[in-house]
Amino acid sequence: MAAIDTIQDEIVEEFSLFEDWMQRYEYMIELGKSLPLIDPRHKTEDNIIKGCQSKVWVHADLSEEKLVFTADSDAIITKGIIAILIRVFSHQHPDAILEADTTFIDKIGLREHLSPTRANGLVSMIKQLKMYAIAFKTQLNKS
Amino acid sequence: MDVQKIRKDFPILQREVNGHPLVYFDNAATSQTPLQVIDVIADYYKKYNANIHRGVHTLSQEATDAYEAARQKIQKHFNAAHAHEIIFTSGTTHSINIVSNGYEQLLVPGDELIVSALEHHSNIVPWQMLCEKSGAVLKVIPMNEGGVLLMEEYDKLLSEKTKLVFVNHVSNALGTVNPIAEIIEKAHAVGAEVLIDGAQSAPHIQADVQALGVDYYVTSAHKLCGPTGIGMLYGKASALNRLPPYQGGGEMIAEVTFEKTTYAGLPHKFEAGTPNIAGGIAFGAALDYINSIGMTEIAQYEAELLAYATASLLKIPGVKIYGVAPEKTAVISFNVQGIHPYDIGSILDKMGIAVRTGHHCAQPIMDYYHIPGTVRASLSFYNTYEEIDRMLEALKKAIQMLQ
Repeated sequence: MAAIDTIQDEIVEEFSLFEDWMQRYEYMIELGKSLPLIDPRHKTEDNIIKGCQSKVWVHADLSEEKLVFTADSDAIITKGIIAILIRVFSHQHPDAILEADTTFIDKIGLREHLSPTRANGLVSMIKQLKMYAIAFKTQLNKS
Repeated sequence: MDVQKIRKDFPILQREVNGHPLVYFDNAATSQTPLQVIDVIADYYKKYNANIHRGVHTLSQEATDAYEAARQKIQKHFNAAHAHEIIFTSGTTHSINIVSNGYEQLLVPGDELIVSALEHHSNIVPWQMLCEKSGAVLKVIPMNEGGVLLMEEYDKLLSEKTKLVFVNHVSNALGTVNPIAEIIEKAHAVGAEVLIDGAQSAPHIQADVQALGVDYYVTSAHKLCGPTGIGMLYGKASALNRLPPYQGGGEMIAEVTFEKTTYAGLPHKFEAGTPNIAGGIAFGAALDYINSIGMTEIAQYEAELLAYATASLLKIPGVKIYGVAPEKTAVISFNVQGIHPYDIGSILDKMGIAVRTGHHCAQPIMDYYHIPGTVRASLSFYNTYEEIDRMLEALKKAIQMLQ
């Protein structure tokens, strides 16, 4: 898996290919359809990320010292957003996730093109992914 | 009514959003402001900004006169018996809280309050807080699938234990017009008072508080082409005099000593502190503006827009409209099968169309339908048939993208 920064650069480049935000939304909708789906048994109240008008569930597993994220949402654009985040953060070491900044979000102008509630949701999602990284880092340090 | 001429009064309607001319269909959240109101606010700050009621100087006198003239306009518009029965508040929520707070000392444990299933959270939560403090019990008038209150159930809830009934005139989430005259009459028959939340109805339906005999009527200026942060509490003088003050401070006192303070009479008893003076004056100007068009004309035109929008929307496969009461204001709450309302709202916004999505601060209604929310298009007299057509085209495009 490429480094987080490399993946972020790729995303920025992909988004720059589109002429307007309608096309970018169409792309996010497509990404949403390719989201690695959470196992239904992990689709619990505990795994819901608060701060979104739509529901978002995220689950993390550890595989060879890397975090693997799965997720789902009842809204397709939200699925697209979480798919982008998972592409950046999944299959990475907890340390890399914790150190990562998320400059691509501002570079592609995602935040300003989301409604205020969705922008809050985006912040909550990133926070939640980093929380998983903290939790698994602690687990790795113990073992 | 000349809609094109009216639209020229609203500078915001000329702007573009995301490269498209704005279509503003979120009027139930807040209405837009005409130049006639904007100018009044600017004039106040340019010419006679001063604190009111106590100043000896000319500016203070002019500001006081304008503020009190606005109170009289509000009195006249809602046909209150006296100007001092109109309390300026920061809005509907503040107005409700004055009454719910004051009611604490009028209740004993076991007293009952009645609310409807169609309420906004602002007409639920203050009363739940009151019940917690007072030991009173909250009863709910249920609704049917069409979003219409079950009046036979209301009859069963009423008893000599009922002390207060609070219902909105129009549901913000569904647009249902509630039979408030009947609700008030039946409540009075058991000796209960009634508060009507007019936040959603005041822009569309003329309310005559004396004809209704209502004890309290509340609304916000920003739903009526006025600014945010100003609203009103109407109360019969006899009802308001039973309530203790809500906030302490300047303006609301008769005499203050460290031993004892006596309170001012109505309306000042409920108007502690320096009020939103420009807002109050602008509230009056907003009513002038609406009356210059005419409430009857507004209601008739909006009913035509609603009928057109409803019929057109239902032609789109998969559209379900929530709230199909025979009597509705121009609010259409809908979903498209298999698509989250939030996704639709986001795509419509990219095409310049402002709608609201979500639970509309009425979660009990959404729970009733087992849905996370709806897309809500709420229309106003400055909207047009062309704008409805644009929303429908945008909606078709959104469905195509999202399905």
